[in-house]
Amino acid sequence: MTAAQMEHEITLTVNGFAVSERVEARRHLADFLREDLGLTGTHIGCEHGVCGACTVLVDGEITRSCLTLAVQCEGKSVTTIEGISDSGAVADLQEAFRARNALQCGYCTPGMVITASVLLDAEEMPDREEIRDHISGNYCRCTGYHAIVDAVETTLKARAEAGR
Amino acid sequence: MSGDVPSPLTALDRPNSYIGRAVPRPNLKRLTEGRGEYVSDISLPRMVHVVYVRSPHAHARIVSIDATAAKAAKGVVAVVTGAEIAQVCTPWVGVLSHMVGLKSAPQHPIAVDRACWQGEAVAAVVARTRALAEDAAALVEVEYEPLTPVTDMMTALDPETPVIHESLGDNLAFERNFSGGDPASAFAASDHVIEADFGFGRHTGVTLEPRAMVADFNPGTGRLTAYLGTQAPHMIQNILSIHLAMPESAIRVVCKDVGGSFGIKVHVYADEMATAALSKLLQRPVKFVADRLESFLTDIHARDHRVKGKVGVMADGTITAFEIDDVTGIGPYSVYPRTSAVEANQVVNLTGGPYTCPNYKARARVVFQNKNVTCQYRAVGHPIATAVTEGLVDLAAQKIGMDPVEIRRKNLVRDDAYPCASATGLKFEALSHHAALDKLLAMMDYPRLRAEQAEMRKKGVHRGIGFASFIEITNPGAAFYGVGGARISSQDGAVVRLDAAGAVTVQTSATEQGQGTEAVIAQVVATAVGVPLERVRVISGDTDQTPYGGGTWASRAAGIGGEAAWQAGKALRENVLAVAGAILQAEAGTLDVREGAVVDADTGRERMPLTELGRIVYFRPDTLPTGFQAELMAVRHYVPRGYPFAFTNGVQASYLEVEDGFVKLLGHWVVEDCGTILNPQLVDEQVRGGVVQGLGGALFEHCVYDSEGQLQNASMADYLVPMACEMPDIQVGHVVSPTADSELGAKGAGEAGTAGAPAAVMNAINDALSPFGAVVTDMPFTPDRILGALRAAKAAQGA
Ligand code: FES
Ligand code: FES
Repeated sequence: MTAAQMEHEITLTVNGFAVSERVEARRHLADFLREDLGLTGTHIGCEHGVCGACTVLVDGEITRSCLTLAVQCEGKSVTTIEGISDSGAVADLQEAFRARNALQCGYCTPGMVITASVLLDAEEMPDREEIRDHISGNYCRCTGYHAIVDAVETTLKARAEAGR
Repeated sequence: MSGDVPSPLTALDRPNSYIGRAVPRPNLKRLTEGRGEYVSDISLPRMVHVVYVRSPHAHARIVSIDATAAKAAKGVVAVVTGAEIAQVCTPWVGVLSHMVGLKSAPQHPIAVDRACWQGEAVAAVVARTRALAEDAAALVEVEYEPLTPVTDMMTALDPETPVIHESLGDNLAFERNFSGGDPASAFAASDHVIEADFGFGRHTGVTLEPRAMVADFNPGTGRLTAYLGTQAPHMIQNILSIHLAMPESAIRVVCKDVGGSFGIKVHVYADEMATAALSKLLQRPVKFVADRLESFLTDIHARDHRVKGKVGVMADGTITAFEIDDVTGIGPYSVYPRTSAVEANQVVNLTGGPYTCPNYKARARVVFQNKNVTCQYRAVGHPIATAVTEGLVDLAAQKIGMDPVEIRRKNLVRDDAYPCASATGLKFEALSHHAALDKLLAMMDYPRLRAEQAEMRKKGVHRGIGFASFIEITNPGAAFYGVGGARISSQDGAVVRLDAAGAVTVQTSATEQGQGTEAVIAQVVATAVGVPLERVRVISGDTDQTPYGGGTWASRAAGIGGEAAWQAGKALRENVLAVAGAILQAEAGTLDVREGAVVDADTGRERMPLTELGRIVYFRPDTLPTGFQAELMAVRHYVPRGYPFAFTNGVQASYLEVEDGFVKLLGHWVVEDCGTILNPQLVDEQVRGGVVQGLGGALFEHCVYDSEGQLQNASMADYLVPMACEMPDIQVGHVVSPTADSELGAKGAGEAGTAGAPAAVMNAINDALSPFGAVVTDMPFTPDRILGALRAAKAAQGA
């Protein structure tokens, strides 16, 4: 057995629930979430850190789960699309995606929603170009991005409005 | 954001019509919450995972395969070679009889004694988990004898180039020659003849979800269920049946959520056939999910054309003749069953299509090579034909000093000239090139942009404006594949049922991969029957459940599947009214169904909710008149018969800046005429997504092979696709010329964006470079190529 195949016991928090599992050292977080925990909302598009389909939050930071090993998440708090949906934290953003048809096949959407979520509480209201920059690490092959930018912008404006 | 567009047709003008309204799609909430059901998410009891060992050589004889170590590895269920799979699954040949002369060689699910491209599967390793299968795959020892690869398509036909398939005699898969009018005399009489060579890099679809399949052969029932993200479930059912020697009725193809398709997922893939065969062999579910490297090596590629183009023009701007000579390399096999000759054939068909010019000569040669296969990807042939045509038109305009808009105005087929035909005999029912161009110019404020461009030029900033008018094939009838002997349905069907609680279920043979097919079908049925949209549920993508039909490709779902649903919905309303008439003792013709209730047609007064009608029909049929049988389910099918294809037209404009060879896109405009617009938001988003895929091919996307046939950039880090920060906002407008072939009048819209965007960008770049006398015609337009063109122009001027 190689070191990569060696199993380790890990304890972490996933979507607010404590999780203890044995995993191989080589298991990346995306596979851990999908295969071991059945959280298939985290998608895999490239497994080399480029497309953003696998984006989750680790301790609140945007993270590529395909580039993160499960064992690196010992003691950390992971939030996936399932968790952020159940909490209702981005329900307005998700509704804006739906109303604006900002998803076609939907495969990029969980990653896109997670990435956009950290923009929603920005102090300064970002303009369209800044929104585009922010989501540029998330590829979408279907929409051409315009509708996604619209949906994020609408949500930001509505939040700014409500906060006023 | 898209507003509603009122339907231009009275037949569709039902009370509370949803047609032309931007209602959201039914599946989106689920997908925004990570509750999708993609094939890669599926897990079944007893399921095992297959990983393919793939040839590292572009061309090699397989001398031996030693699987001893792999078979002994942890978790391994089987290691299977091509010869073993061949016992369960027969090979295929990708030809169509109407493509006269098209030839190809038999292709096996797994290479039997020779690998013909880098990435072709040579053995399958099946294990309990994907990771264990990958571990074992590394232990399979394959001895290869490398053969000389044929990689350069331009020399593939040279006598000294080896022939890939000896039995075929040469590397020519297909050739088409066409001549219409009198091109020789027309060129001779032209004031100017302009020539240019165009290159179209090989690129691929990069669906964000890689290809994936779960094949579940159940010996208990003798049935095979294939969970597959496919655009054409019935086609796959038929093909699995033929090659696995099983009756079609024993095969079920289920297509749930699909993570992008764009034409990539409408073909027969060797590794998917192998996965189905493995399930039959092992008698348990087998799952295959391509990783991204495999996607780049095996998902069909597209384009890879070199076209010599020529245009004749008079000093007054009249275009006199077009000529093209196209060469394309398709890999070692013509892809099954749609073939790899279609793109070149389309280039011949479509070049010059928007213009009145009757003189046209074309040759296309389709050659084999030892690279991955190419086949139909979004907008098949259109981006090539459009870029060649529009590039030549702009060069002609430049030559005579005419504005690019003026030369188009002068030569585009007049809006009142229809019906008419192109030089190649394409029949146009009703197009709107001039109306579309006028609308585009207004949307982009052309004079203002030109003034801005001139202003910026003074400051040394080089901006360009480029146009592309185009035609697009949509709603194909049997002329595409059926006449060539392929069992690919050109008709679609819909079953519409009213249940006892007043809800409507639609089963459709059109399929959904994110275009919004299900939304459109629901809108059409809700309107036709007369129920609120929320009451309609659509079932698609399951050969056990849906009527037989073609599926979703070639921009046909809304136009063909939608019309079948419309007709079925109308038939159900008639049936409902017959029941209502019997219950209410009224003439059915005096009644209507609106908002889920039977009403008096004249006054709209409610007579009976559908829930009550459903209750009587299903639970108290004894109270209906003797001999009256209610039928609350209706089925209709549809195929366009008036025209072989419903042509659409459109025009695009690009505004951009070139600096240090880099292109910054500043604006993009599209006016599209896809006939009746069923859902404006969905149409606009199809157009936008299509534009960005076209821009990708024009600026970034390129499968780069070396001379040994090795793909140099098979990762997302090296193969560039458009990112959000590189793309502009895209403004979309419409002209509406419905097809009279159907009642709905809808044509397709899914590929128009991709058809026109590369040409518009090319012309805009060349407009920006015009002060330097530089011209680029080789896509993708990388900084290197743009700087190279500038250097060449400078050298030429210095000389
Ligand atoms: S799957 Fe992780 S970035 Fe693509
Ligand atoms: S919606 Fe398909 S990749 Fe974004």
